[in-house]
Amino acid sequence: MARRPILGLFRDANAAADAGDALKGAGISENDYDFLTDSPYPEGAFGEREEKHRIYVFPFIGALLGLTSGILLTSMTQFAYPLVTGGKPILSLPPMAVVTYEGTMLGAILFTVLGIMFESRLPKPKLGLYDTRITEGFIGVLVNAEEDQHNQVQELMTQAGAVEVKREN
Amino acid sequence: MQEGRILTATEVNRDLLRSILDTPRWFWPVVMALGLVVLAAAIVIGVMINRGLGITNLNRPVVWGFFITNFVFWIGISHAGVMLSAILRLAKAEWRRPATRAAEVLTIFSLMTAMTMPIIHTGRPWRIMYWAFPYDFARGIWPNIRTPLIWDPSAILTYLTSSSLFVLIALIPDFAVLRDRTTGISHQVYSMLSLGWQGNPRQWKLQIISGVLLSALILPVFVSVHSIVSWDFGMAMAVKSWHSTIFAPYFVVGAVHSGVSAVAFVLILLRKAYGWQAYIRHEHIDALGRLLVVVATGWFYFFSMEVIFGIYGREADEIAVRTLQFIQWPVSAWTMVFVITTYFIPVSIWLSRYCRRNLWIMSFACISVNIGMWLERFLIIVPGLANRQVFTFSWNMYSPSIPEIIIISATFALVAMFMLLFSRAIPLVPLYDIKEGDILKTEIQIGRRAVPAVYRED
Repeated sequence: MARRPILGLFRDANAAADAGDALKGAGISENDYDFLTDSPYPEGAFGEREEKHRIYVFPFIGALLGLTSGILLTSMTQFAYPLVTGGKPILSLPPMAVVTYEGTMLGAILFTVLGIMFESRLPKPKLGLYDTRITEGFIGVLVNAEEDQHNQVQELMTQAGAVEVKREN
Repeated sequence: MQEGRILTATEVNRDLLRSILDTPRWFWPVVMALGLVVLAAAIVIGVMINRGLGITNLNRPVVWGFFITNFVFWIGISHAGVMLSAILRLAKAEWRRPATRAAEVLTIFSLMTAMTMPIIHTGRPWRIMYWAFPYDFARGIWPNIRTPLIWDPSAILTYLTSSSLFVLIALIPDFAVLRDRTTGISHQVYSMLSLGWQGNPRQWKLQIISGVLLSALILPVFVSVHSIVSWDFGMAMAVKSWHSTIFAPYFVVGAVHSGVSAVAFVLILLRKAYGWQAYIRHEHIDALGRLLVVVATGWFYFFSMEVIFGIYGREADEIAVRTLQFIQWPVSAWTMVFVITTYFIPVSIWLSRYCRRNLWIMSFACISVNIGMWLERFLIIVPGLANRQVFTFSWNMYSPSIPEIIIISATFALVAMFMLLFSRAIPLVPLYDIKEGDILKTEIQIGRRAVPAVYRED
């Protein structure tokens, strides 16, 4: 049987957390349900799973690429037009530092942004089952379950205090 | 601290989206008036391109005048935004919440406006491509990376890209709120911009980390940008009073001083224009005022040191410039005005709690700082060049021409117009940040006092 989403809407964070506990108690895996909110709640507020990520690797990769690009750009530019000025060496390191520094930081920032997108799993082409009341302060509990479990999930969420339980049409 | 009541998500959406979903009656007339000023400047720029830089009063020896002064000024303003936002995010200061977005957006538009200044100043704007990005493989022309005039575009473009991405990433959750509250084309646009944001714990966790991580990465860029702008002057061996090693920190602190004052003024205007009294509260302006006392005093220290060390060497050129700045009329009068308006008037105001919480007095202080800081840049650039040097054919002072004044005035109109138009498309106070603050804000009783207890995630 196909797995389909089912969404419960709660007015209160405690009720949403209770629904999460009930789902876990009913044997639904932590990876199969999510809490949708309109603002960040402290981690673990709903007893949700811990989210692992590798975001901190991205700026390092970006910085390394930016540093390399900066060094190549500035050194090759100087060698490409070897004009001696003021008796200084053609490959002059102090001025290279500035452009290289900017290149490094730009690389780090661009890769951080890419990393945030990648780790947040964005962009998402389809929003899926959703309710606009979530951005009005309601808390959505989105469960991905087998269709034959939907009635049980709906009952658990209603018992926990869901104001509405929605299914995909 | 922490005043004001806890607001519901519905109230926050209704109030903060008012600038987008309803158009106040004053909005389009004000935008049109600002647009007319910008249009007038565009015509003047067209005439200048056609007739040449001769229509300005730029001439030897003062070849950098109002345009470059204004360039440094707007770069300075752009520093407050990200500095304020990044430092307050890293410090997890609660009062940052309503101030960050407006500050970041001000950064972007100030930077964009600043970038137009050297382009206009060249007189032949299309040639800027050959100076700043001359990777012209066909003709074998390459940029001279040994000059600060090449470091400058590299730093400014890095800063502009970073600040824009910083704002865009933080906007995704707010675009989702707009997606849910709009219909038709607006709905489609906001749906695309929100990238399918749902608001699950993973997305929020990454959103919070991105704020801290990008803040930490942008701060070094922010310091580098105004340092490099200062090296446009500091690396110039020929102009003695510019050739100073203290310029980098002096410029950076000055930028923060003028920029934070500008942010405080913009917040006061937004509060009044959109009725955001519940969000931009007296406590926020008060906190900015206290921060500004420290920044202003740091700036005053660098200003004094720059003058003292300039005179201490007793070099003839340096003494001549200081004489021009402090003794000869009328430059000495401008210097007096600059020091009083930049430091003595505003700091005496900010020392009083009553004044920091009076929005009229705060507006006056913030405008005073920016008048002074604009004059400061003028008094660094022009007297340095006007100094009577040995091999200069024409000894000349500078006064701006009408076209220069029109163009400079239009830059203020341009930034204001961009800010207003932007406020029609995005909320200038971040919704999710305010909502998060309200969720985390609860009171605990200590003895006979109820004080706010705020949870801070590490």
